[in-house]
Amino acid sequence: MKGKLTYIWSVTRLPVVAVAFGFIVGALCIAVTGNNPLVAYMALFKGSLGSMPSIGETMYKVTPILFTGLAAAISFRCGLFNIGAEGQYVVATVATVAVAWFGQELPRLILLPLILIAGFCAGGIWGGFAGLLKAKRGINEVISTIMLNWIALYIANYMVRVPLSTNVLAGLPRAGHSVIIPDAAKLTKLKELVSSFGYSSAHTGIFIALAAAVVMWYILFKTTTGYEIRTVGLNASAAEYGGISKAKNTVLAMFLSGGLAGLGGAVQITGLVFMVNQSPALPGYGFTGLSVALVGCSHPLGVIPSALLFGILENGSRQMQLAGIPSEITSIISGVILVFIAGSLILKLAGDKLKFFGKNPAVDTGKEGA
Amino acid sequence: MDTILEMHNITKVYPGVTALDNVSISIKKGEVHALIGENGAGKTTLMNILYGLYQPDAGRILLNGKPVSINSPREAIALGIGMVHQHFMLVENFTVAENIVLGHEPRKGLTLDMEAAKASVREVSDRFGLEVDPDARIEDISVGLSQRVEILKALHKGAEILILDEPTAVLTPQEIDDLGEILQNLTKEGKSIIMITHKLKEVLGMSDRVTILRRGKVVGTVQTSETTADELAEMMVGREVNLSSDKAEKTAGEVILSVEHLTVKDHRNLPAVKDVSFEVRQGEILAIAGVDGNGQKELVEAITGLMPTESGKVTLCGKDITGANPRTVIEAGTGHIPQDRQKRGLILQSSLTENLILGYHYRPPFAKNGRMDQVKIAEHGKELIQEFDIRTPNQEVSAGSLSGGNQQKVIIAREFYKDPSLLIAAQPTRGLDVGAIEFVHMRLLEQRDNNKAVLLVSLELDEIMNLADRIAVIYHGQIVGVLDAAQATERKLGLMMAGGTSEDKGDVS
Amino acid sequence: MTTAIFISLLTSAIRLATPLLLAALAGVYSERSGVVNIALEGIMTSGAFFSVWFTHVTGSAWLGVSMGIVFGIITSSLLAVIAVNLKGNQVIAGTAINLLVTAVVAFLLEIIWHRSGSTPNAPSMLTTNPLKFLEGIPLLGTFFSQLTPFVYIAFLMVGITFFVLWKTPWGLHVRAVGEHPRAADTVGINVYRTRWICVLISGALAGLAGATLSLGTVGLFREGMVAGKGFIALAALVFGKWHPIKTMYACMFFGLFSAFNILAQSFGVDAPTEFLAMIPYVATILVLIGVVGKAQAPKADGEPYEKDEK
Repeated sequence: MKGKLTYIWSVTRLPVVAVAFGFIVGALCIAVTGNNPLVAYMALFKGSLGSMPSIGETMYKVTPILFTGLAAAISFRCGLFNIGAEGQYVVATVATVAVAWFGQELPRLILLPLILIAGFCAGGIWGGFAGLLKAKRGINEVISTIMLNWIALYIANYMVRVPLSTNVLAGLPRAGHSVIIPDAAKLTKLKELVSSFGYSSAHTGIFIALAAAVVMWYILFKTTTGYEIRTVGLNASAAEYGGISKAKNTVLAMFLSGGLAGLGGAVQITGLVFMVNQSPALPGYGFTGLSVALVGCSHPLGVIPSALLFGILENGSRQMQLAGIPSEITSIISGVILVFIAGSLILKLAGDKLKFFGKNPAVDTGKEGA
Repeated sequence: MDTILEMHNITKVYPGVTALDNVSISIKKGEVHALIGENGAGKTTLMNILYGLYQPDAGRILLNGKPVSINSPREAIALGIGMVHQHFMLVENFTVAENIVLGHEPRKGLTLDMEAAKASVREVSDRFGLEVDPDARIEDISVGLSQRVEILKALHKGAEILILDEPTAVLTPQEIDDLGEILQNLTKEGKSIIMITHKLKEVLGMSDRVTILRRGKVVGTVQTSETTADELAEMMVGREVNLSSDKAEKTAGEVILSVEHLTVKDHRNLPAVKDVSFEVRQGEILAIAGVDGNGQKELVEAITGLMPTESGKVTLCGKDITGANPRTVIEAGTGHIPQDRQKRGLILQSSLTENLILGYHYRPPFAKNGRMDQVKIAEHGKELIQEFDIRTPNQEVSAGSLSGGNQQKVIIAREFYKDPSLLIAAQPTRGLDVGAIEFVHMRLLEQRDNNKAVLLVSLELDEIMNLADRIAVIYHGQIVGVLDAAQATERKLGLMMAGGTSEDKGDVS
Repeated sequence: MTTAIFISLLTSAIRLATPLLLAALAGVYSERSGVVNIALEGIMTSGAFFSVWFTHVTGSAWLGVSMGIVFGIITSSLLAVIAVNLKGNQVIAGTAINLLVTAVVAFLLEIIWHRSGSTPNAPSMLTTNPLKFLEGIPLLGTFFSQLTPFVYIAFLMVGITFFVLWKTPWGLHVRAVGEHPRAADTVGINVYRTRWICVLISGALAGLAGATLSLGTVGLFREGMVAGKGFIALAALVFGKWHPIKTMYACMFFGLFSAFNILAQSFGVDAPTEFLAMIPYVATILVLIGVVGKAQAPKADGEPYEKDEK
């Protein structure tokens, strides 16, 4: 048991140190604005964990980034850098609304699973396409998924403006958003189950996210599929030698990765926003997901506390803003965390030669020609 | 002859290992001094210290009687020390001239003066009789020529002492002879040469004196003319060595692997294997002999499904496996000890347990319906570690933390567990120490004696002559002849490896 | 097509290609030395923002541009530290920098101007042709009149980059370091220093590319204005086989696609605007599908160099 704990500490201490440094740099930035960092951080934590409703708010912030964090983690495990969870999320939101709208006659028990599957598949196909480009044409998934992000955004805006617009479908006044999904397609609010969540918009989507994390953990570490994906990620050449197809697992991992991001989009729609808005920019959940996965050591269960941390930052930032501190501080904190992880800066400066990244394959993805 | 270089009491300690323990060596001007020893004996470390790549923990270096400290290759070069690395330090897509002048380019104003560079390359190559085309790109020239470029590169920088690291490993017997001549010319010009090697024959043929290292210590320095291969081998290993294995007589049975008119293109889309045909039968070891880079890798990878086949047919146990994927080939009954054990054969970051199921991880009893049985897998790991005497603290350590010999044992254990009808062993003893080599040889023979087919690819003629029942020689992607082991002599094989056909061999024997 | 339309298409293509070209050249330096520069996007953001800020502070667009370059260099030094000294994963490092810069810039917008989204208009910008005498040339005069100083600098940089990397001894060192760093090391070339310098040059050019986007077009900084152009530049780099002149053609190609979009919009072509806006991104993927199998990156691109490796 002690050995196990030592091991866990050896893998997690890098993210822990990185997070600590993120907060230190964040404190410096807060000081620059002429505020007291301690007061600001008090506000941050109080704002995100101080009461049941605020905990609820944190939970709904955690939900989408837990999904995109899982999405990033599984791609890292296969040696891929899926920076396109953004786009996969976006196409899934559109698919969700479309399916929900056209299936509005269906009973809730059928409709709800159906649209979640639709979201998963839409995101999965969007991600799987990048996987296919990589497997068949050797196209670096970093570039292709970024391009697919923008394409997804424009497709979504078009869909929202024309085919899925309330104007076209329901003869209602024109709006900058899509039709609203029927009630049968909505997830339950937590406050309906536990009234002390009060004003919070937390919804049962968080349980779907947690379940997804457990399922991903099971797939990655207990099934042959997971063994094959991890082997391709660690050494594609040895994988091929062992009869494991690199191409197939690349597409599969990108499909699962995109699917998880897509499920995140679907849950966000069914649990919170109920429609898709026209948007000039990408939502940003995919990028946060990269940080979530890296801090979570690319481990599906590690991603849970990591997503919680970023959820706290996100939710608490509003509280800080009320205290007169720019909410961007929290983005700076997450940026700094990522920079530290990329360089494993402090640990290297401290002269520590141990290989911390032995179990965080994202950092070993090494060479990508094109 | 004057002593040009002395290294006194050099010690280098790495965490947990003393790589060099009080090593002293002296080099005379104009001699070829061989430095021999097994893998890990410290030869390369000693030379890297001389070349300024590592710093010794103790000891001093005297050049022409004066103490020097060498902190970087740049300083070594300035002192007239040049190194020809085993893995060539040449930029593949640069020309010969660009490679030779790299680091001390002639300039014309701001620009690189390519004409002057070429002229000076020609001048040096003429002086030492090393003919090369300064405009040729490295990626287009042969290995032998590349080595010549490496030597020229050192000479062009004014090297007086030339370190050659395993210079013959990649050469044909003819190219080795040429190298011998080149070295003679160089010593005549007053250059001193230190040659790192583990091949005793070449030591005897090319050097004036030999220093033997064992486990970081100098065992002795002897005049080449006063020693024998047996004596050197004993000094190197520390005990009497008998690398020739006793083979039981055995008649080959049915055809297991049949390769017909196989053609394979390499990653540059050039034919690497051309119209190759051969058979491997039950109870025999067929060896593919040849110099590295003559299509062996592509041949093995095409048979095992790791590379696409251009044309031809491969049949295993009566089943057509031409162009099949690796899994189909494995399921048809192939075991494969790959040439590059770290890149192909192992997942270095993963545990031994996970490595020991690679290739049959999806089959019962290790997995059922896609669910892996961790208990069975762990038991399997334990059993193989014991059976194959893999030296490891436990089965959960990563494969990368084991020694080369133990890594090879992991692969052998895994592949033998498949009980393959055909075992393909590509350079199975490369980089292993004597004990491990003996182990591998024993296991390969055991496979043959169990009436299985073995396809052995090796660069070492000794190994081939010891193990093989029949020997196919590959040259430029073609099989130039197949001999019974009984008829094969090293000279015959050597000639064929350099492109002579089996008809030519009649003339010389 | 009338001449006027053709010239207008050509000038917008060139103007749109300019930031891509500068960023792609930034990529040439960095990747030729073996450092993958995913951070181009962030460095461009940094250059775009700081050039506008310092134009506000100093009143001079040229001083603004210089500071954009300086901050490009500062941003890229973070990549250099991680990629060269700490041997971290370059893709993660680049992504981290992109996210960090976005956050820092948003933060600065907030504390400097107390607003989000964009800066106020800069007091001075660089959107007019600096070489007035060229406008006197018949026919071509209209063409030249629409070029910005950045266009001239970018195309000049193509020649300079080619000269530096292919005609000077230092260029030979850079390419050797990107192909076979150990070989370079053994002949006494300082791999770390060479990579550092290349990454810093890369930062300067990408910073300039950012200034082109802000001061060279709309005269202000808007969040999200880089919009994936750093990545399109990377694609152009692949398309152009890491060679400055071929990369220039690749950027012109992408510029032309973006210009069609603008043309179509202004001529009221009946296609949804979203689809027109999508064109450059779709084109990028199509181009990559067409070329990548054949493109050969510098051999050591993306691989940290470990001096003591045995």
